[in-house]
Amino acid sequence: MSGLKMPQANAATLKKRAEIVADMRIIVPGEGVVDTENEMRAFESDGLTAYRQMPLVVVLPETTAQVSRILKYCHERDIRVVPRGSGTSLSGGALPLEDAVLLVMSRFNRILDIDYPNRAVVAQPGVTNLGITHAVEQEGFYYAPDPSSQIACSIGGNVAENSGGVHCLKYGLTANNVLGIEMVLMNGDVIRLGGRHLDAEGYDLLGLMTGSEGLLGVVTEVTVRILQKPETARALLIGFPSSEQAGQCVAEIIGAGIIPGGMEMMDGPAIRAAEDFVHAGYPLDVEALLIVELDGPQAEVDHLIDRVEAIARQNGATTSRASTSDEERAVFWAGRKAAFPAVGRISPDYYCMDGTIPRKQLPRVLAGMRALSEKYGLRVANVFHAGDGNLHPLILYDANKPGELEKAEDFGADILRLCVEVGGVLTGEHGVGVEKRDLMPEMFTEDDLNQQIRVKCAFDPNHLLNPGKVFPQLHRCAELGRMHIHRGQVPFPELERF
Amino acid sequence: MTEFLPKSAEEVLEIIQWAVSEEAPLEIIGHGSKRGIGQPLQTEHTLDLSQLSGITLYEPEELVLSAKAGTPVAEIEAALRAHNQELAFEPMDYGPLLGVEPGRGTMGGLLAANLAGPRRLKAGAARDHVLGVHAVSGRGEGFKSGGRVVKNVTGYDLSKGLAGSWGTLAVATDITMKVLPAAETETTLCIAGLDDAAATLAMAIAMGSSAEVSGAAHLPEGVVGRFIEGGFSGGGQTVLRVEGFGPSVAYRVDLLSRLLGHLGSVETLDEALSRRLWREIRDGHPFADGSPAPVWRVSVAPSRGHELVDAFRRAAGVNVFYDWQGGLIWMRMEADPEAEILRKLIAHLGGGHATLVRAPLPVRAATPVFQPLPPALAALSARLKAQFDPKGLLNPARMAFA
Repeated sequence: MSGLKMPQANAATLKKRAEIVADMRIIVPGEGVVDTENEMRAFESDGLTAYRQMPLVVVLPETTAQVSRILKYCHERDIRVVPRGSGTSLSGGALPLEDAVLLVMSRFNRILDIDYPNRAVVAQPGVTNLGITHAVEQEGFYYAPDPSSQIACSIGGNVAENSGGVHCLKYGLTANNVLGIEMVLMNGDVIRLGGRHLDAEGYDLLGLMTGSEGLLGVVTEVTVRILQKPETARALLIGFPSSEQAGQCVAEIIGAGIIPGGMEMMDGPAIRAAEDFVHAGYPLDVEALLIVELDGPQAEVDHLIDRVEAIARQNGATTSRASTSDEERAVFWAGRKAAFPAVGRISPDYYCMDGTIPRKQLPRVLAGMRALSEKYGLRVANVFHAGDGNLHPLILYDANKPGELEKAEDFGADILRLCVEVGGVLTGEHGVGVEKRDLMPEMFTEDDLNQQIRVKCAFDPNHLLNPGKVFPQLHRCAELGRMHIHRGQVPFPELERF
Repeated sequence: MTEFLPKSAEEVLEIIQWAVSEEAPLEIIGHGSKRGIGQPLQTEHTLDLSQLSGITLYEPEELVLSAKAGTPVAEIEAALRAHNQELAFEPMDYGPLLGVEPGRGTMGGLLAANLAGPRRLKAGAARDHVLGVHAVSGRGEGFKSGGRVVKNVTGYDLSKGLAGSWGTLAVATDITMKVLPAAETETTLCIAGLDDAAATLAMAIAMGSSAEVSGAAHLPEGVVGRFIEGGFSGGGQTVLRVEGFGPSVAYRVDLLSRLLGHLGSVETLDEALSRRLWREIRDGHPFADGSPAPVWRVSVAPSRGHELVDAFRRAAGVNVFYDWQGGLIWMRMEADPEAEILRKLIAHLGGGHATLVRAPLPVRAATPVFQPLPPALAALSARLKAQFDPKGLLNPARMAFA
């Protein structure tokens, strides 16, 4: 991705910058328009910091009406727009463009309604993921999807990325926990999908919007489902001599009909880096560590802890500890949650990948990664959402060594190709963004991608919203609209006609 | 009039390419068990997917199953049952309600109708469990979306886009679903004698508790006698299902009794009776009596369901029961559907949607079966339809806007 090509800037837009800034100030009065280089610096990249670009202008609207006017204005003048929530994307989804208005949704930061009888919270899109839980936890409720950036990432960004977290297997992704949204299309149309009721009227546009990475519309309000917190949660820390045994243990837990709240795996290098950093008491003589968290009523959790421990023993676990308090459970998790910074301590830089694989392919993928590690001469540590097959290999490199970033990126691309080869996918939760954009043809044929782009054409026919993301090449909608007619015989002429 | 019966995805592609070249609209069916839902079609040709059948992949430990679009749901459920697994969204069977024999329906129809059941409020609908599809668009192009893994954000989720599209966007040929372990056991807690408003409150308390209720329905006095062969005595019943491992179920049923016991007399149903009751609730059993009287399936915010019924009753004779904590209302009309009144009331009470799932043909032809959409949303939906099926060949006009 070092040779990343973004859409060529529109010279006419660049020339009219002063006029556009002035018009934005009319639409969003007060402090809502940022145009000095100094102030715009804060917005030049998101969580994928290898890429930076100053935007044309930064606009921070406060109302849906303003968002609608901004988009309509840009639509009529052929000006590109890049939406941004909290800017925590790890795939460059909010990377600005030189000729695009950066539409920052952070001032949409209010919770509009808490509706306990319907177990729904209506929030503006700039409210943080954790902010929703904080608003309802005094009544014992929480919002289930918990991406690791939940303290900072916004709920609008969660919708754009269909964010996951460690509890996905049991509680689902963002797509399964959002009941409705209000959004603005590029032409300024304001549309409401869903609400406090279940299922969509008409097509499942909410399903299409969730995970569309800011290319289809700008979310201005989100209604989410909240859940009562489980009564208890306990975690097991289980060590294995090999990742094959740990993988088999995971398969058998699920085979026994048990869906843990969370199930995480770490490999040897990740265990040792985490233990050095946070001293969580992880065993250092194992090659795979499983954290299995069971939540629910006390009676259920205690019952299942015993069953999981038995399954672990049958699969050759060499160590097993069950948490007996919330404090101890937090310590078990501390190492896993600090895995990224822990790896950051043992290497000047690291590059985090995000493929998902069918779980049973783990041994093959780990072996493949070891071979690639030798080929590229770079180390790799693995953390793995074992329940759902989402793999986060961390490639260790030194950006100051010439060529090493490129080598790490090539290594990462090879890992993702391997994930696709074994029946998996390029990205489980971080999104395609700019990072994996050019790898999309590894997973999709041209027809597959064209059908996705046609969805884009229904929402934003001029490709003005967040261009340069997700798709390696955005074919013009007019070109995609042409029909290729295969003139021919009636198939199966032998069929009786009546 | 031609009835196409393809046996492979390649044949489906060929047929649709032929339809494109001839501009020949197609009715898409599986078993035809839900054919009575939607605006009546007048197509010369039928694309029948029932021969495109078979489970192609089932890995219980990976919680994944793929099947060709024409595979009977019954076959899938039997395969899952052998491994103590299930489609957790509890797909309903429209057959009994529509006068079709029970147990029909295919994987493709399940996705196209976005089926769900009582567990919808905890586990979601078909849309929440579909992982990937292979399909042919109305342009005569094959495409795939998604994959076979749960966590996947690679590209747009066209699989969800096909959920609830009633065959108007593309013809799915292969579908991959997430499957889940079936609960070890279940019990239903029944509270007798609550009126609709009190029942709504009770269900909200239950759903807001940590008892992990997987079904919350209210069966008013007028219909309660038609469930479990008249096994309920007396007035209305508010029923709450608890599923899971034995010790956990016992604990949670006790928790619910303590929370709600003061509201009315409380009884429990054993596993077998509980299963039967929820299947009947799922399939609209009280109204599946062979009559053609109009039946509405209405989804609103759970707390507003009883208010809607109360208001609607002032305008029309209607018999109802509630699922989904009060948010799903099954309504059988004594006479005309009164669509305009019903939909105005829904809008007035905060939104939702009403689908006329059963009505005699002339009534269906004269009434928007699916919820009419506001102008901007209708325009967007029409643009989406045009991108998938520019010539309008797939189930033309089955959904009014498409």
